[in-house]
Amino acid sequence: MATNFKKRKLGRPVSVVGAGLSQFGAFPGKDSRDLFVEAFQDMVESIDRGFDIHDIECAYVGNYSSDLFEHQGHTAPIVADWLGITPIPITRIENACASSGSALREGVMAIASGMYDVVLVGGMEKMTNLPTDGVTDVLASAADGLYEVPAGLTFPGIFGAIAKAHMDRYETNLDHLLKVAIKNHANGALNPKAQFQQTMTTMMERRITRAQERGQEVPDYKTEIDFLNDERANPWIAWPLRLYDCAPITDGASCVLLVSDEIAHNFTDTPISIAGIGQATGKPLHDSEELTSLSAAKAASQQAYDMAGITIADVDLAEVHDCFTIAEIVATEDLGFFGPGEGPRAVDEGRTALDGDHPINTSGGLKAKGHPVGASGVGQVIEIYHQLRGEAGERQVKKDNPTVGITHNVGGTGGTCVVNVLRRES
Amino acid sequence: MASEFTSTTFYTKLKEEKKLIGVKCQDCGHLSPEPRPMCPECHRFNMEWHQFSGKAKLSTFTCISIVPVAMSAKGYGRNKPYCTGIVTLEEGPRISAMINGVDGTNPQGIETGMALVLDSDNLDEEAPSLAFKPA
Repeated sequence: MATNFKKRKLGRPVSVVGAGLSQFGAFPGKDSRDLFVEAFQDMVESIDRGFDIHDIECAYVGNYSSDLFEHQGHTAPIVADWLGITPIPITRIENACASSGSALREGVMAIASGMYDVVLVGGMEKMTNLPTDGVTDVLASAADGLYEVPAGLTFPGIFGAIAKAHMDRYETNLDHLLKVAIKNHANGALNPKAQFQQTMTTMMERRITRAQERGQEVPDYKTEIDFLNDERANPWIAWPLRLYDCAPITDGASCVLLVSDEIAHNFTDTPISIAGIGQATGKPLHDSEELTSLSAAKAASQQAYDMAGITIADVDLAEVHDCFTIAEIVATEDLGFFGPGEGPRAVDEGRTALDGDHPINTSGGLKAKGHPVGASGVGQVIEIYHQLRGEAGERQVKKDNPTVGITHNVGGTGGTCVVNVLRRES
Repeated sequence: MASEFTSTTFYTKLKEEKKLIGVKCQDCGHLSPEPRPMCPECHRFNMEWHQFSGKAKLSTFTCISIVPVAMSAKGYGRNKPYCTGIVTLEEGPRISAMINGVDGTNPQGIETGMALVLDSDNLDEEAPSLAFKPA
């Protein structure tokens, strides 16, 4: 165990110099390769001084399950073909919803090793070909298929069990969970790439209008919480989690260009450094130390903070893995923003909002931006990249001059966790 | 060397002997309800079968309304959610299990900490699940 906590460093520094995201949503007719090319085009356009595609020497692509979603295995070479970058080596990384978080880590290490100077990393997932129960099954295959799935546990189910444990142990209640969803929808409304670009108030008003148009009983909602407490509008998925506690089913792709620091200024005056990377592994929830925390998240964040030489007090903002509302609350505690059990109160007090002291998921998070699982880890890095460069538009954090941001990407129910520290060095 | 400590054997024993039979490390005493050929604590290879009492407490749970394909085939769904969760066995380890004999439509009426016993009645022949019910 002790070896996990050895302080590690990269062989040489690595920076992000370009970042691209496809539109997130449901896109019938678009395959994962099409989505990846869309993200790549966005990345090319983002590189301040442009770049020559032939500079790419190696690539890693995160993808959870094109095998089951699209009946397509071995997707990495297809991506290389669609980008016209064969014969450079490209490798698919699968770590469930942390696939592209892990892909980024591989890319960082490939440059830090001295072997390559320019590496493309990204992720993609095409999920909407299957009906909801099919997607539920595919996602559940990231849990333990011999001892969790036969017990009837699903992904929302396992996070529902975490939520129940959090409610038993602390003062957490259902409204705390709903407030995470309200906040993330408010941020998503400011993100032109998000799957849901509507605030919860807009969603609520839409339901009222629809009822009026159809001559149905008009719901008497006074607040967004009233709307979210209406079982017809927000049905149970896995008690205590409801529809709006869950990230949606999404098609999408993401990619960034990583380069060695020595050449970063050939591409931009404002590279963003990968100051720390951490990845750790956890057991199924029933075998975890705590039912209210992901041990892999704690270990991965400690590794990343140590490598970057920072503490949580240095962090200006974070993108965390809110596959479910409870997952965001647990993440903010595991990362150290708040003590165990203090996450819900922080949400109540608005501390994690865009104008709070710890803005969380300014992109809208997986909840509102969308969660194409294999693309999500690099998607988080892209949001931090734009925020640290001050180019996040309407959703730019309100604090002056943010310099350090972190990403927290979870695979499965904490089997994998990847945490990165990004820093603007100038 | 082939190991007998497999999930197939776990579910066969559950079905045929109606008992929760896991493994114990003969070197360090570590208990695991899931059969495994290697001790995850002391990393040696001296496991033996160990019968658990079947008594447990409910640690946490969820009631699932959006169900996987296999549970849908058993009649569960929006109108008939089922309860599943994590139990702490009398001997210490925790394990995921179905919770039978409680009302999945009324989660507020289900209490964590409640005493449970192994429910080996009505096990599915093809795909048996580990299940508990109120003691």
